[in-house]
Amino acid sequence: MAWLEVTHIENIPLMGSRKIIYKELEIAIFKTKEGELFAVHNECPHKKGNLSEGIVHDKMVTCPLHSWVIDLKSGEAQGSDCGCTKTYELKIENEMVYIRL
Amino acid sequence: MKEKLIVIGNGMSALRTVEEILSHNKNKYQITIFGEEPHVNYNRIMLSYLLSGEKTFEDTIINHEHWYDENSVMLYRNNKILYIDKEKKKVVCSLNQSYDYDKLIIATGSKPFIPQTKGTQLQNVIGFRTKADVDTILQTISKDKTAVVVGGGLLGLEAAYGIAQHGVKTILVHRSSNLMSQQLDATAGKLLQKNLEQYGIEFRLNQTIEEIKGDDEVQAVKFSNGEEVESNLVVFATGITPNIEIAKNSDIATNKGILVDDFLQTHAENIYAIGECCEHDGNTYGLVAPLFEQAKELAKKIADVPTTGYKGSITSTRLKVSGVDLFSAGDYLGDMTTEELILLDAKAGVYKKLVLFEDRIIGVVLYGDTADASWYLKLLKEETNIADLRAKLLYGKAGLGDAGHGGNDVNAMSDDEEVCGCNGVCKGDIVMAIKTNDLKTLGEVKACTKAGASCGSCLGLVEQILVNTLGDEYQAKEEGICSCCEVGHKEIKTCIDNNEFDNVYEVFKKLNWKTKDGCSKCRPAVNYYLLVKYNDNKYKNDRRSALVNDRVFANIQKDGTYSVVPRIWGGLTSPKELKDIAEIAVKYDVPTVKFTGGQRLDMLGVKKEQLEPMWKDLNDCGFVSGQAYAKGLRTVKTCVGNQWCRFGTQDSMQMGIDIEKLTWGSWTPHKFKIAVSGCPRNCAEATIKDIGVIGVDSGWEIHIAGNGGIKVRVTDFFCKVATDEELFFYIKAIMQFYREDAYYLERTAHWVERVGLEYVKEALLKDKSKAQYYVERFEESQKYAQVDPWQESINSGFTKEFEPIVLAPKEEF
Repeated sequence: MAWLEVTHIENIPLMGSRKIIYKELEIAIFKTKEGELFAVHNECPHKKGNLSEGIVHDKMVTCPLHSWVIDLKSGEAQGSDCGCTKTYELKIENEMVYIRL
Repeated sequence: MKEKLIVIGNGMSALRTVEEILSHNKNKYQITIFGEEPHVNYNRIMLSYLLSGEKTFEDTIINHEHWYDENSVMLYRNNKILYIDKEKKKVVCSLNQSYDYDKLIIATGSKPFIPQTKGTQLQNVIGFRTKADVDTILQTISKDKTAVVVGGGLLGLEAAYGIAQHGVKTILVHRSSNLMSQQLDATAGKLLQKNLEQYGIEFRLNQTIEEIKGDDEVQAVKFSNGEEVESNLVVFATGITPNIEIAKNSDIATNKGILVDDFLQTHAENIYAIGECCEHDGNTYGLVAPLFEQAKELAKKIADVPTTGYKGSITSTRLKVSGVDLFSAGDYLGDMTTEELILLDAKAGVYKKLVLFEDRIIGVVLYGDTADASWYLKLLKEETNIADLRAKLLYGKAGLGDAGHGGNDVNAMSDDEEVCGCNGVCKGDIVMAIKTNDLKTLGEVKACTKAGASCGSCLGLVEQILVNTLGDEYQAKEEGICSCCEVGHKEIKTCIDNNEFDNVYEVFKKLNWKTKDGCSKCRPAVNYYLLVKYNDNKYKNDRRSALVNDRVFANIQKDGTYSVVPRIWGGLTSPKELKDIAEIAVKYDVPTVKFTGGQRLDMLGVKKEQLEPMWKDLNDCGFVSGQAYAKGLRTVKTCVGNQWCRFGTQDSMQMGIDIEKLTWGSWTPHKFKIAVSGCPRNCAEATIKDIGVIGVDSGWEIHIAGNGGIKVRVTDFFCKVATDEELFFYIKAIMQFYREDAYYLERTAHWVERVGLEYVKEALLKDKSKAQYYVERFEESQKYAQVDPWQESINSGFTKEFEPIVLAPKEEF
């Protein structure tokens, strides 16, 4: 495991996301309304929808395919849906975002 | 310190209020409940099933002991409050102990009303209100004795049915000539009587009880016609009377019931009353739905959530006797000023009566076929103008050729029949979920089973199942549009109309959203309503409140790639355009190219990062976005028309191009499709579009609200125009009226079915100046909306975020 530099914090849109690719891995980094960052595996546990394309609300994202709601902190599906997507650690140093992979 | 809330009464309205309070604020109050009965809160409506043996007592419990524990609600059973000391804010119980309160709710319900008759003091003369009454009945009845039930109302019939189910001879005495005369007219009453006679109930109509004879216990009953029968049990179900003893003892104003205002407050400070014991605006209620409506408002008041107060209820009734389908609501009798629509098939045992006043349903009686009960009730509550449905109204929703969820009778569905195609939920799953999880609202069923949670086209069916499963416990109401709020589309729209907002979050604040940011359901809706009010020049369309397709101007596919559809005006293209598209498709290695149903070319399988360069190339060739993703005009489909066709009467191709240039751009509540056919042969299939234009010799016919979706709905004829100018005028007016009047994600077909065609016609055809208003509003919106979103998002730099961030693999040693 190591910290990898991703991008400048401004490059991740507020209430939006960026997709990052590392080898075979696709990860979505989100910025909430409060400016908090989260990273999860970019696959909904339901039918592998790109979570990076979903609407961000509170600390959650709603999958664009079938509206599952995923908690960005835990990666877990909310409500009556069951499933979990992997989460990743992030840190910010000098306005640069780093991910632990 | 928590405030002290005391609730006198442990019945359904008391507990529903407490549940609602807890849902608003778990920590505000220390709650104590006093109940006279030795039980936890059970479902009094189910007593008839308990009596007939179709359910056990356990089945009827709503709040189990652990519920009280988990919610830290203190329950004193077998404990009657005698007196309220308003000065000292204390209540005193039968054990002479006193308890302090800050807020007090009286929910003492009602008592059976037993008319003054000789012999009512005897043992085994009882009411039918409590578990104890049911126990007495079950212990007393025996096959060689006759039971007498007095009162031919809902409760009396249920009691008689329950007793007769045990094989006991049961006589029902009723003072008028019709059963359920409070809810049914004479015809339905007779059908019901015939039906119940099959269960072995004997009727004595136009009779009362003269005398009940016996020493200690009942031995015989004498009727007013002199007939005397041997009997060991008399059940009085001759109505209820509000239990207001405590208010009287405590000097709180009463009439029939304890007087309350719109916020359920009594004339005494900090003291509220709810349910059967209270009287609001001259009415007392004995059915459960109104009580729940009151509970909701009272809970808001107590929990300090803003509320507009309780405004009275329209009640509806269902009889819970297996094998008898009966429903009534509103003013079912009518008078000189009303009209009636009646369908009667005595042999099949079907009777339907709708009472109309000024083209609105004001009363409903259904017997034998109650499948459309919820639909009629909705039309009644929403005061929908039914003038254009009138001819088919009695045949029910299925008779309309509706646009989404009619045509299915849930009673006829088997448990394994699929209701929600999106989420694969069957009828049996839903019924089971409602029963085991005690679900009460459409929202709860949606959340628990996922039925109707996706496309929503089955919600009507789900609602019917809910109505059938719950009976009169079901409360139809406008639900919050999502779990973030308790307001429906109507309220949100009104609020936006009457106030000024800069963004969706200000709306959330004003309407007391439970979440800070909203969710993927409410944010796009509120964003849309703001956009329609202010137009693109005065409101910045919030990208982050748009669903993916509307945000990135392409349609997301199951694998996360997108489809790209350039606009091909009116479906007419040229060799040069086709060549350009072909070259671009080759350049970007597009895996699938397909003609769409709307006469466009769809390039499927495009990666997100390819969108920007592809759009650039398309723009350079003169293409703009075909907006195949948009909640806005998608396509105008055309037939060949009189330029080539030997049957064509009008130039449909040119008209299609003109209409497309006129209407593309502005967002609409849902996608919007138009088609133009050059003659009534209608090769452009215009009669299943949102607007269908059909050329005739003398001009154009305009048809609206068609849909080719899950359930096909053919358009309604709107009007005929002679000139192209008039055609453009009405298309603009219709689109703008739809934009402003419909709810978000409501197609024209559903919208017109909800509001009625007459309503749309009245708004646009009656008075040309009104249509002119909408035309001008549409033109104003189009000024700022007709911007190619592809070019705009490239120019504004938005497409930068489409590019993935690729991290270089770290060397691993």
